Amino acid sequence: MRPMVYLKNVVTLAHAPELCNGCGACLSVCPRRVLQRLNGKVGIARRDACIECGACQRNCPHGAVTVKAGVGCASALINQMLGRKKVCCTVGD
Amino acid sequence: MRPPRLDQPFVTGVMDTPAGPVPRVSKVFSGKDRMGAFKARWGIGRMNYRVDAGLYAIGEPTAESPVFVTANYKLTFDLLRRAIASIDGWVLVLDTLGINVWCAAGKGTFGTDELVDRIEASRLGGIVNHRKLILPQLGGPGVAGHEVKKRSGFHVVYGPVRAEEIPEFLEKGLKAEERMRTKDFGFMERLALVPMEVVPAVRLGLIVAAGLFILCFLLGGLSLSKALEWFVVPAGAIGASIFAGAVLTPLLLPWLPGRAFSTKGLVMGILSALLVLFLSHGSGMLERIGLFVSIPAMSAYLAMNFTGSSTFTSLSGVRKELRFALPLEIGGAGAGLLMWIIALLGR
Repeated sequence: MRPMVYLKNVVTLAHAPELCNGCGACLSVCPRRVLQRLNGKVGIARRDACIECGACQRNCPHGAVTVKAGVGCASALINQMLGRKKVCCTVGD
Repeated sequence: MRPPRLDQPFVTGVMDTPAGPVPRVSKVFSGKDRMGAFKARWGIGRMNYRVDAGLYAIGEPTAESPVFVTANYKLTFDLLRRAIASIDGWVLVLDTLGINVWCAAGKGTFGTDELVDRIEASRLGGIVNHRKLILPQLGGPGVAGHEVKKRSGFHVVYGPVRAEEIPEFLEKGLKAEERMRTKDFGFMERLALVPMEVVPAVRLGLIVAAGLFILCFLLGGLSLSKALEWFVVPAGAIGASIFAGAVLTPLLLPWLPGRAFSTKGLVMGILSALLVLFLSHGSGMLERIGLFVSIPAMSAYLAMNFTGSSTFTSLSGVRKELRFALPLEIGGAGAGLLMWIIALLGR
């Protein structure tokens, strides 16, 4: 089955080819195969599959990949709006 | 940083190393481990289901054996322990406050600093000859491989997403295939997450139901039998919403229409509302409209909460979804409640 994809055209992922030396660190950490090597150059191949986890940005030694990383969790966002400190993984405890 | 205790239930012995004694972990997944995992899935003692951070041995590791890094959530630790039961190796457990790798990486507790400190504290450099660490790929959001290298001399190799694929990853010379690099979200995985959707939803549902029952009791002139009769409709609505939004929507996720989780939950909610209407043919028109408005709204809300447990949502996406869905969900549930109260007053 094809992997599920969330909303279209929302993610903040950006790749700056002029800073990229093609080391491929981002390729091995992306769990959604968003970044891919095409004709030897790294680029964004499946933008809407991005979940903004931030692994690519964290592991890019050259600052070529940027994203506003965060967790796509409604209850965490709602808690945040309500000014509660609880975060996603601790909901229910 | 204290070394891990030797009296933890899954520790079967001690391994002497140049850096001192290291606990050896059992390769057997015991009934107690199974019970612990089951309880964690249902949210019982889940936030305190931990192992001590630090270095462990599995099998008969040598100075050449691979080092696997993981989180100190026991469910995570056990997954790794089972996956590498056939391997002699070292397990470096980071203190992630009992949170799984992915969530902890997102928060930074499964992070560069903790990893570098833990390497230092466990004196790993004196135990192994090589300078390679195998990290779960989903630790990527927290750990900057190049920084770890700079600060500790250890080279981070991102292994497969799923621990079960580690043996194959090792056989292939630390090469991960495309399949090992992607996070899927299969039916069984979604099923395992359903209890933690249901438990908080039921908790909230019971509070709301208790409030509505008191309302029935007061509006019904303090008559218990009347209150019970009136209470059936909202109780049914809450139950149907939880089943639609927190159970069926997660399970049927890929087959439900729409991209937003609230859309999927809305569809499931409309279907279950129709079923409730079919079963409750005795109630009045206003009540029926109220049911048809509130059940899909509550189901959509609960479905939206599954975004955090899913593996393919983004913060920007959820923010967008909340903006359009939350007002509608609150409005729908509120309108349904209002219609029900008006219907009650008119009796």
